[in-house]
Amino acid sequence: MEYEVVVGLEVHAELSTKTKIYCSCKNSFGSEVNSNCCPVCTGMPGTLPTLNEKVVEYAVRMGHALNCSINRICKQDRKNYFYPDLPKAYQISQFDIPLCEHGYLDVILDEQGNTKRIGVTRIHIEEDAGKLIHEDRFSGSLVDLNRCGVPLIEIVSEPDMRSSAEAKAYLDTIRSILQYLDISDCKMQEGSIRCDVNVSVHPKGSDKFGTRCEMKNVNSFSAAVRAIDYEANRQIELLEAGGTVQQETRRWDDMRGQSYVMRSKEDAQDYRYFPEPDLLTIVLEEEYVKQLKNSIPELPNAKIKRYMTDYALPHFDANLLAENLDKAELFEEAVHIGGCQPKNLSNWILGDISRILNEKNIQLQDTKLTAQKLTDMVKLIEKGTISNTSGKTVIEVIMFEDKSPEKVVKEKNLAQISDTSALDAIVQEVLANNPKPIEDYKKGKTNVLGFLVGQCMKASKGQGNPAILKELIERFIQEA
Amino acid sequence: MELYERSAAQLGKMLRAKECSAVEIAQAINDRIVAVEDKVEAYITLAGDQALEQARAVDAKIAAGENLAPLAGIPIGIKDNICTKGVLTTCASKMLYNFEPPYNATVVDKLLKQNIVCTGKLNMDEFAMGSTCENSYFKKTKNPHDLDYVPGGSSGGSAAAVAAGEAVLALGSDTGGSIREPASYCGIVGLKPTYGSVSRYGLVAFASSLDQIGPMGRTVEDVAMLYSAICGHDPMDATSVHRDYPDFASGMKDDLKGITVGIPKEYYGPGVDEEVKKAVMDGAKMLESCGAVLKEISLPSTDYALSAYYIISSAEASSNLARYDGVKYGYRCENFDSLTDMYEKTRSEGFGDEVKRRIMLGTFVLSSGYFDAYYKRAKLLQKQIADEFAQAFKGCDVILTPTSPSTAFKLGECTDDPLKMYAADICTVTVNIAGLPAISLPCGKGANGLPIGMQLIGSKMSEATLLSTAHCYEKAVGGFGPVPKLV
Repeated sequence: MEYEVVVGLEVHAELSTKTKIYCSCKNSFGSEVNSNCCPVCTGMPGTLPTLNEKVVEYAVRMGHALNCSINRICKQDRKNYFYPDLPKAYQISQFDIPLCEHGYLDVILDEQGNTKRIGVTRIHIEEDAGKLIHEDRFSGSLVDLNRCGVPLIEIVSEPDMRSSAEAKAYLDTIRSILQYLDISDCKMQEGSIRCDVNVSVHPKGSDKFGTRCEMKNVNSFSAAVRAIDYEANRQIELLEAGGTVQQETRRWDDMRGQSYVMRSKEDAQDYRYFPEPDLLTIVLEEEYVKQLKNSIPELPNAKIKRYMTDYALPHFDANLLAENLDKAELFEEAVHIGGCQPKNLSNWILGDISRILNEKNIQLQDTKLTAQKLTDMVKLIEKGTISNTSGKTVIEVIMFEDKSPEKVVKEKNLAQISDTSALDAIVQEVLANNPKPIEDYKKGKTNVLGFLVGQCMKASKGQGNPAILKELIERFIQEA
Repeated sequence: MELYERSAAQLGKMLRAKECSAVEIAQAINDRIVAVEDKVEAYITLAGDQALEQARAVDAKIAAGENLAPLAGIPIGIKDNICTKGVLTTCASKMLYNFEPPYNATVVDKLLKQNIVCTGKLNMDEFAMGSTCENSYFKKTKNPHDLDYVPGGSSGGSAAAVAAGEAVLALGSDTGGSIREPASYCGIVGLKPTYGSVSRYGLVAFASSLDQIGPMGRTVEDVAMLYSAICGHDPMDATSVHRDYPDFASGMKDDLKGITVGIPKEYYGPGVDEEVKKAVMDGAKMLESCGAVLKEISLPSTDYALSAYYIISSAEASSNLARYDGVKYGYRCENFDSLTDMYEKTRSEGFGDEVKRRIMLGTFVLSSGYFDAYYKRAKLLQKQIADEFAQAFKGCDVILTPTSPSTAFKLGECTDDPLKMYAADICTVTVNIAGLPAISLPCGKGANGLPIGMQLIGSKMSEATLLSTAHCYEKAVGGFGPVPKLV
């Protein structure tokens, strides 16, 4: 039987506010164990929380970006459970009235830029818990409370995804929106985005969903893909063997590529949510909410579509550029200066420039590259002043030195030789050394021309104008 | 008259007139503690040496001609659920038997800045749950008027210390009557301020939406002085209110012309002792003789208040007290074989019976399937009770009721009957549920010779009117009687 997979996701993103959600501790990662916490975030007796308004601002902006309606009057609630990393034994979260709800996100699924709408059930604010540390030299567990009170938003989707690929596209889009809004560091390795994955399967054609399982401890988006695929297969195999899927919470072990039962539905915890009496009702002015809506920049999907229609970029290019705001900004500025093909600009940004950044593990703002220098260089190539190969030399210099491309071309003597008299000798020499390809060419194998142009380019140290070289080669062979 | 018998207002005047020194006052209180503490047992932690040090600093400031706050040099005791930096704050619980907070409550910081002298930390019912002070892990405080009787609770140590002259003033906390009921039993004055007018930061939470710190003293003026010293907005407490607070001690009027006193019939029902009713009605007549107009009113939801109170307060308590899990501070059981085992043993051994009862009750009413039937309905009732009060205050300025249906219990009288103890809160809980201010004043004695208290309730932020009314009454009756000798 063929099955349909149904996926719903809960994404937890740490917000990059300066201070924590309920106290004035710095919101930073990597401090010495238990050094970045205070009586408030560690829930000492008698202490009280006070809400960091920036957290509300960030969450509302995310709500707008995901087309949610904003609950201008909402409250915070206590979620009660015992665990050593939760020093108050309750997490301040939001239960029945989240800050944002009823939204959606259009996710691009293919090269043509076709989208699918994924429903966003709600976004609420809450505090993170601490961390348990297990060390060999100590038989029990140790607790690090630095993460207590780090602000989180939880973004809950509708069960609208039908494959791990759709889930991945959704997660990637969420991440890039968080980056565009500059509200989260999005550092997977530091745990600043985590997700819980809900999976069910049902026979294709049936409109009744199967029983779902929730998987926790999914710490990267690629792990989410593996966890979804594993879980869908597990459930299908179970059904095929005549079994039934039990509603349960499972723990994903990415190292082993397997999930394990954490608790069944019967053991589901009763969190005894009730309104947090230490905090006031959140009341947002209509004007303020509007103002935040107006502050939302162009989001990645809109950007991708615009690049595809306005600049005729393929989806691949548009997507890669939009994924990184610095690169997108460089691209747009260069396009705005004008005088060269957008696709050529994109090729340079996504090609050599990205390669150099990766090799040196730096960001665009760490270099001396400007949109003006980039367009000037691409123009030189498009005009035939330098070859594409020489461009590779130029880019290495203009990225790290205060020199214009023209100056580099002059200093390194990279100008393309278009003077036929200067190229004659080279062509003749190359042809003399390659009698076999000439024979082939004469027999009609015209594709050897490329090889011969390449040889001439090599002989000219990259400075020969390939178009002129090609002309010369054809003429010499015919004249010979 | 001995120094320990004098009011804060008198002692302040004497200090400024250099008729006595702060050290002499502190020493007088220390001597009184030495003389009677083994009988009264009001304190969990004494701070005599520190008190003398603080007093010396005050004397130095006086000698240097510095301008001092009205309560500078006045010995004040602090209930043991109010955090004092580096000084044990136990909440009278085994659970926090060794807990020294690394921070002060906002009220403590405020008082220290005003150069008060801190006498020590006062006994209470464990985590402020109780009406007799017998639920303390450490000791049972006695009523200074008769050592066979309880001082009331939960601020029993505060009330007893003030009544016995072991402190001039004290801070208590009031969630359902915990300042007013012991004030009534011990024959002193206790004010439960409007919710949000005194910072709760550093008050170990029992029921966050009802808890309020308040002043206890032997005169209305003293209570007004201490209230002025601790009220005000605190950025550390989101529920604290922004408003201008007058100097309550200097703003008190001499008569009650234009004041209407509401008498709600529901507070004088069959559950209230006849002698208490009579004493409070005598108090009403005294108010009338000062110029007030009496008016019978009705607050029909009063009968449901006790249930609503025990549901809301226990629900919040079950969550607030969940943090005592043996992980980070306080008591941890000795032997355990798993995390759950450690939690269970720590909490079973660390909490007393009354606290466990309320945690179980609170956990139950918040449980899925029961939340709507209990917690939600209690919250609706809370709104109804608050609305009734608001309506009543359109027709009167203050409301007069008994503070407690009876005089103090005998020690051990309700230890095995929690419901009897809960019923003692019948007249006081409505005030917390509605977030209102109320003051308890002595109004005579029962047949057993123990004090009877009457309660004046005001609308939100009407402390000035309450204190003024109470002050007129105090003057009209010629003061509230001497400190019991005890030795």
